Order: sequence, then C-alpha cells, then structure tokens
Amino acid sequence: MQISFTLNGRPTTMDVEPATLVAELLREQLSLTGTHIGCDTSQCGACVVHLDGLPVKSCTLLAPALDGATLLTIEGLQGAPGSNLMHPMQEAFREHHGLQCGFCTPGMLMTAVALAVEKPNLTEADVRHGLEGNICRCTGYQNIVISVMAGAAAMNAAKGE
Amino acid sequence: MKPFSYHQPDQIPDAARLLTSIEDSKLVAGGMTLIPTLKQRLANPPALVDLSKLGSLKGITDGGATITIGAMTPHAVVAASKLVQAKTPGLAALASMIGDPAVRSRGTIGGSVANNDPAADYPAGVLGLGATIVTSVREIAADKFFLGLFETALVPGEIITAIRFPVPLKAGYAKFKAPASRYALVGVFVAKFADGVRVAVTGAGSGVFRVPPMEAALSSNFDPSAVAAIKIDTDGLTSDIHAEADYRAHLVTVMAKRAVDAALS
Repeated sequence: MQISFTLNGRPTTMDVEPATLVAELLREQLSLTGTHIGCDTSQCGACVVHLDGLPVKSCTLLAPALDGATLLTIEGLQGAPGSNLMHPMQEAFREHHGLQCGFCTPGMLMTAVALAVEKPNLTEADVRHGLEGNICRCTGYQNIVISVMAGAAAMNAAKGE
Repeated sequence: MKPFSYHQPDQIPDAARLLTSIEDSKLVAGGMTLIPTLKQRLANPPALVDLSKLGSLKGITDGGATITIGAMTPHAVVAASKLVQAKTPGLAALASMIGDPAVRSRGTIGGSVANNDPAADYPAGVLGLGATIVTSVREIAADKFFLGLFETALVPGEIITAIRFPVPLKAGYAKFKAPASRYALVGVFVAKFADGVRVAVTGAGSGVFRVPPMEAALSSNFDPSAVAAIKIDTDGLTSDIHAEADYRAHLVTVMAKRAVDAALS
C-alpha cells in the first residue's frame, strides 16, 4: 500500500507492506539508523519516535499508521534552525553525562523532549515516572534524570527568548 | 510477522462487515497488545481491520451524570482530560498509570477492554464504576461483560464504540506493578456511589472480579480501616514467578486500602 507522511520535515511517499514495523522501515528502507531496536518487545524504549508530536515505540507501530501523519526521529532533532547546534536536550545529555554506551540514548532523548513539551515545569518525580518506558543498562538513570531536568530547563529558556 | 491485508474503513458497518467476511481477521485499535502478539506469531490473521479512521470512536463527552469515552480514545487523552479529572479523578489517575508514555500515546480504552487481559488496568475501572460497554449492536453492563481470561461477552463482528461511566461520589485506583511490564500484579479500583460502594480487582486472578465483603464494609464506612482486616480467599488467584496466590491476596487488601485513600484525597 502507498503511504504519505512528513518525515523530519520532508514530505515522503512510499510503498510499504502493511506488515512492516516503523522501526524496520526507518532503519532498513530509509537508512535512518539512529532509531535503535533494543528489545523488540515494546519494553525498552530505544526505538521511541514522535508520531504527530507524541512519543511512540516504532517497534510496535505498523507502517500504515504513518499515512497522513508527521514523524520525527532522532535524526530530525536539532537546535535552532540553521545553527548546526544540537537540540538543548542533546546538549544537556552531553553536558551532564546522560549516556555511557549510548544505545538507549535516541529513545531517551525522544521521550525526554516529549515529556518537556507536555509539561513545562517538570519535577524529578515527573521525569522518573515519564522515563518509565525507557531502559538504560549503563547509567543507573541518575545522570539521565539530571540531564532531562537540565534539558527541559534549557528548552523553556529557549522558548522564552 | 506474516503478511496480512490491511483495511481502514471509515464507517462502523463497513468495519463490522470486513470483520465477519474475512475469516480470522482481527481489529486493530492502538495495537499495543496485537502488534507484539503478531510479532511473536501467536496470531497470524490474514487481514487487519484498522479502526483509526472511524472518527466517531474518538473523544470524551459529558453526559452530566455520566462520562462517555469513545473506544479509540488513547490512555494519554483520558489521563489529561480536564473533564475526567474533574468528575472522576480516579479514572484519569488509572489511565495515567497504564504502561508508559509511549504506550499511553497509542493504546486505547476500547482495545484494552475488548482484550480483557487479566492484568490490564481498565477492566478494574470499568467494573469498579459499573460502566456500560456500548457496541455496534447493543449495550452491555460491565457486570455481564468480563467473562474471564481474555474472554468477553462480545460476539464475532461486534465492535466496542464507547464506554459510558456513571460519575461516582468518590473513586480511586491503586496498583502494585510488575516492574518490567508495568502490568498490575494487583490493582484495585474502588468507587463510592449514593447507593453503595463497588470494589474491582485486576491482576490477581484469571480476570477482573468484585469483592462483596469489601463493598459491604466500605458502604457502611468509607475508610481504609474498613477493609484492613478483610483478606480474600486465595482460591482462584494466580500463582506465577512474579507472586504466589497468598501474596496476591495480601496485596488486594493493601491496594484496596490505598485505593480508598486515593479516593479520599
């Protein structure tokens, strides 16, 4: 079947088998390998992308769901347009050592950005509850939580400018 | 996944017709249970009938003494609904505890109720509030809807269109989560109405069930202390690697107390 959607700002039309997962479509057909597949059982969150602005697990999403939608992947996350800067949330993860091996990081970032957009004044409890669906085997989460708090604050500050 | 054909009807009768005319076809709502099931090849339907183009199945409406939630309304929308938060905060709280944010973006109330997973959260809210399941052909009372492990009163070709919840005086939900899946090891929903209290338990057995002794105790005294000494029988409760039946029975009492606490706060 043919689907049309906006992928990281670009209109995209393609033919897909309905039994295709969005995570596979991104990695194998569109060569966007920033979206990681960790568990492939909907538990780990490494494959989180934004579908119409909401965080979803791309390993548990069928390609037909993209038709008419707007999809943002980790490759589309960026700082101020034209600046070549990292997104404030990415910058916060770098600054606060919010990653070690980095495998879970794309999903962490996408979940964190959605969380910060949904709730401008995040508490630590909100962050811990909000990251429930993202598993990290390295960091013990402490620096990830610190990074998300800092990244959310930076996103708020950028919004106010 | 094995290949399947994909249908996106925009009318409920068309969806029902597809479902009955293609043998072994399945409805897909948010897909949070169905897609993992397909990936594990536990089901290999030849066709999926996607309900996402049926606009009439989405949204929350205020009926005064009731709230009606369209079957395709995602958990995140129920959790964030000002209407649900104002009239039945316990139900909004339940929705906010399902899975994780990504699951709540996609998963729907109709899908959860139709699947009737023994550890899902919504069946506790639906049975605890004595809701009505509205389908493409009739209305079914919650007390007659949930028939045990993954079984419901739905007949082939019948599609849930909405759930209608009576607005309680107070309601609360508490659950003890299995840490990896975030399903309820035990979840208890309590709801106080003018004519009595309803208590519904999920996660503990093969399907959601009510606890009449707790309902009687809470009807005369709606306080956590009223259920503190009531322990349910372990007969019929689940024992697995996560918890023995005896522990689940213990958790029912603890979660019931917490749910009453939540309802009162």
